[in-house]
Formats: sequence, C-alpha cells, structure tokens
Amino acid sequence: MIEIRFHGRGGQGTVVASKILADTIAKEGNYVQAYPEFGVERRGAPVYAFIRIDDKPIYDKSKIYKPDHVVVVDPSLIEAIDVTEGLKEGGCIIINSEKKPEDLKFSNKFKVITVNATEISVKHKLGTLAAPIVNTAIVGAVVKILNLAKIGSLLEAVREGVPTKPEDNAAAAREAYESSENINK
Amino acid sequence: MSTQKILNGNQTIAEAVRQIDPDVMAAYPITPSTAIVETIAKFKADGLISGEFVCPESEHSAMSVCIGAASAGGRVMTATASQGLALMWEMLYIAAGLRLPIIAAIANRSLSAPINIHGDHSDTMGARDSGWIQIYSEGCQEAYDNFLQAFRIAEHLDVRTPVLVGLDGFIISHSMEVITVEDDDEVKKFVGEYKPVYPLLDTSRKMTVGPIDFTDYYFEHKRNQIEGIENSPPVIEAVGKEFGQKFGREYGFFEEYRMDDAEICIVVMSSAAGTCKDAIDEMRSEGKRIGLVKPRVFRPFPHHKIADVLKKQKAVAVLDRSSSPGAFGAPLFTEIRSALYDYTERPKIVNYVYGLGGRDIKVEHFKEVALKLEKIADTGKVEEIYGYINLRE
Repeated sequence: MIEIRFHGRGGQGTVVASKILADTIAKEGNYVQAYPEFGVERRGAPVYAFIRIDDKPIYDKSKIYKPDHVVVVDPSLIEAIDVTEGLKEGGCIIINSEKKPEDLKFSNKFKVITVNATEISVKHKLGTLAAPIVNTAIVGAVVKILNLAKIGSLLEAVREGVPTKPEDNAAAAREAYESSENINK
Repeated sequence: MSTQKILNGNQTIAEAVRQIDPDVMAAYPITPSTAIVETIAKFKADGLISGEFVCPESEHSAMSVCIGAASAGGRVMTATASQGLALMWEMLYIAAGLRLPIIAAIANRSLSAPINIHGDHSDTMGARDSGWIQIYSEGCQEAYDNFLQAFRIAEHLDVRTPVLVGLDGFIISHSMEVITVEDDDEVKKFVGEYKPVYPLLDTSRKMTVGPIDFTDYYFEHKRNQIEGIENSPPVIEAVGKEFGQKFGREYGFFEEYRMDDAEICIVVMSSAAGTCKDAIDEMRSEGKRIGLVKPRVFRPFPHHKIADVLKKQKAVAVLDRSSSPGAFGAPLFTEIRSALYDYTERPKIVNYVYGLGGRDIKVEHFKEVALKLEKIADTGKVEEIYGYINLRE
C-alpha cells in the first residue's frame, strides 16, 4: 500500500487534485481511497487530503499519520506547518516551487522534488500568478514521479475531473508529467 | 452493465437516487450530507430525474413534506444529519406511526453542544425508538447497496415502515472509493415499481390520515406499528440474498469476520469495522484467535442471531460511536448484553465508547482492546465494564 498526504490551502483545489489522482489510479484497475480532511472551511486555511493506493481492497478508514510521500501544493505552507510530520524516511516531498530542491531546507532523510506547477499552470491560462490553479499540474507531476499510472489515464481523469477548461488542464498535466522524472529511474 | 466509479459516500447515495428516481425528494442541506441534496438538485436541473425536488425551510418541514407526499402515494426520500435529524424528531415518529415507507440517508454526525461537524452515531442512535428501521454502512459501496435495498424493505406490504441508511459523516460521506454502480435498468428492476396501498390521491376511496386516537384504540394501532418492524427480519434477509444473487454482494444482519475459531471478539459498526478488519488480520498473523462482528441492521436488532455467534466467545468488547449518559452502557452494548442474558453459556462482555465528534480510531486502538480482552479471557474477570478509546482523561 502507498499512502500519500496532500497539503494545500482552502480554495486551491487540493480536494479536486486528490479526486483526479484517485480517478487516474482507479482507471488502471487499482484500489484507491481519497479522504479530504475538513476543518472549518475557509479560503487560505491549511487543508489536507489523504490517499491510499493498493492492488487489493482498502479497509482502513483511519487518517494517514505515517505517509510514504507528501505533496505540497502551496510552497508558503512550509513556513506555517511541518509538512514532513510522520513522513517515512526516504519518502518524497513533492513541492510546487520555483526553487531547486537543495535550496529548500528539508532534512536529508527525505527526497525533495520541486515542480514549478505555478509557472506551468499560468502558461496554460489556469488562474493568474497571484492566484494560480495548480492542481492538475501537480497531479501530473505526482503521477510521473511516483510512477502511479500511464499518461492516458491521467489525461482522461483530468478532462473528466475539472469543472472548467478540460483541454488547458490536460495540457498542464501533460507538461508537468513530461517534465518530471520517475524516482525509480 | 455495471461500471466502476470513484465516488464519495454522498455521491453514491445521489447516484442511487438518480437511478431510482423517487416521486418526491424533500431535503434541507446540512453538513456532512449537503452534497447528497446538492447533487440531487443538479440532477433535477439537468433533467436527469423526473421526481419533484422540494427544498423547504427546515428539516422539520422536509420530513413533513415527505410525510405528505408519501401519504399521497409517492415514493419518497430525504437526506440529513445531526441537528437536521434532531429537528425532524417529532415527524420521524409520525412517519413510522403512519406506516409510510419513507427512505432517509443519514450522514451520521455528532450532536451539539459543543458544536462539531464530524462523524459519530449520536444522531441516529437518538432516533432508535422512533420506529424506523436502521441500516449502517461500512463504506461507500455498502452505502449504495443499503440504500437500494432500503426501498424494497420499507415498501414490502408486511413491513411498510420507514428505513434510514447511515453512512459515517466525512469518513464515508466525503471519502472517495472505487465503487461498482449497477446498471440503471437493473437497479430499476430490482427496486421495482412502487404501488402505494392507501394513497390519499385515490379519490374513489376517501379517507383520513392521522386522526385523533385516544385511549380506545391508540394502543392497538401502536401494536400494529410494532408488528410492521417485527415482520421485517425475513424481508431484510430475503432482500439481502436477492441483492447478492443479482449483483454479487450479499447482505445479512451482520458480518462475521474471521470468527471461525475465534475466542475473543470485537463488535463494531460502520466505518470503524473496516479499520478493525486490518487490525484483526495483523493480530491473526501473530496467532491471536480474534474475530470481528459488524452489525449492519440495528433496528430491528438481530438479538438471537447475534447472541448465537457471540455466546461461545470467552470475551467480547462492544464498541459504540455514541454514548447514552446515565445508562448501563451505550446503545449497541445494552442490546447485545441483553441478548445474551438468556444463554447459560455466555462471554464476559465490556463496552468502549470511541470516536465521538469524529475522533479517529486506528488499528493500534483495536489492538489495545484485544489486549484487554485477552486479559479478561485469561483471568475470567472484568475490572472495568465500561470505558473509552483514544480519549484524554
């Protein structure tokens, strides 16, 4: 079983991102569970989503406390909360950032992978620099980095899962997918 | 053909509603059941369903609309949670007393105060004497399957009793899983056409619904109502079997998980039973003879059936996701302990309240319970009959 925790801020589409990722995985016949954690919902507040992936049915309904990997949709979160809490040694921190991994001050127990999802999203007319909608780009990167599914399943899930601009979102997901490296390679 | 879809619990209920297309859906949105109502409203706006969608000013009115519509002869459903179900209170009893086969999906949530939006069973457990049949779901698939079966059970002529289907707030209502959505036509065929018995709209047979009924006949009418729910077990069983034959997922009153040679056992309902299964698997691989019983139907409670399974156990822990302040244990526990009273051979039994207000329960918590059960089984002594799990004291 692979357990992933998403970190975002309310209003950024973190829940939609987790749904698209779940859809992508389900399309290849695997089992998946995606569970957004809701507090008092307000724009800008830190939000979480948990994803479990397995090749057999998933029964555990508890939250994820020791994720294999974390995904950080909003880089400013790393100054507000500890996104590595409970993260297993050797696990990936996939973070939306223009910086190089070595410029982010994470412990060397983890693999840090940066994805410039904001730039990709804005290029594909998804939001503005001040308020980019990065969820499809980040999912595209996550699918490739963790080798979770083929690009066809990803693009299908993106087109079906976004409320607007299916082609622009699919293009952003594809660019992020193609510009990312699988960690196992 | 059936399809695999990624849906959360609320969406599975809405999907079932779309397939069944009841005559009237009346609901007032409340977290965490809002998305059920929202999705039904969207289906209606998109022309995917033909039934009337009514959005009244409160849950009390929503259940009142359901009662009026069901009396008129319609197939009727609603969805709510927590304070919403509490506000329906007096109307719940009227729906059951009038023998109206209304279906309600409840995204189980705690009750105020303190205010909290997360999952526990306080809402439906509070309604356990209202006369409604109560069915609980472990995950999204079960929520969908239970909801489809609810119509068959409620509308059966021997039963004619409203049914509520519980799905844990957020843990199921907002959790996305891969589920099998059955073919629209097959679902319609399974649920069947609804033929109301005494519809008010049949003007050739005029009658009064809900007149006053004092000391002369009230008691007899209540007795008749009780008979409806007492008639339901064979219907629930037959519908669960037929569902299995048709769709491949059979249902009974409860699920036994690795109980074959178990000596100690945990009884827990709904989503926590899923996590408990993983805990049982881990403990079984360590050689522990432990099993799980997951009640699905809480009203009518399957007393004898469940006692027959539990009587040979050395120690049993019943886990409740609600409390009954001042009572001798929480609701599920009192049912089970009472069911075992007539057996000379019976286990030591304890009760733990867990998960109020959505407090998480993890694999490790079930292991802690197992350690306590092992000690009770070894010593034959119960030190504390009633306790709590994952609580700061």
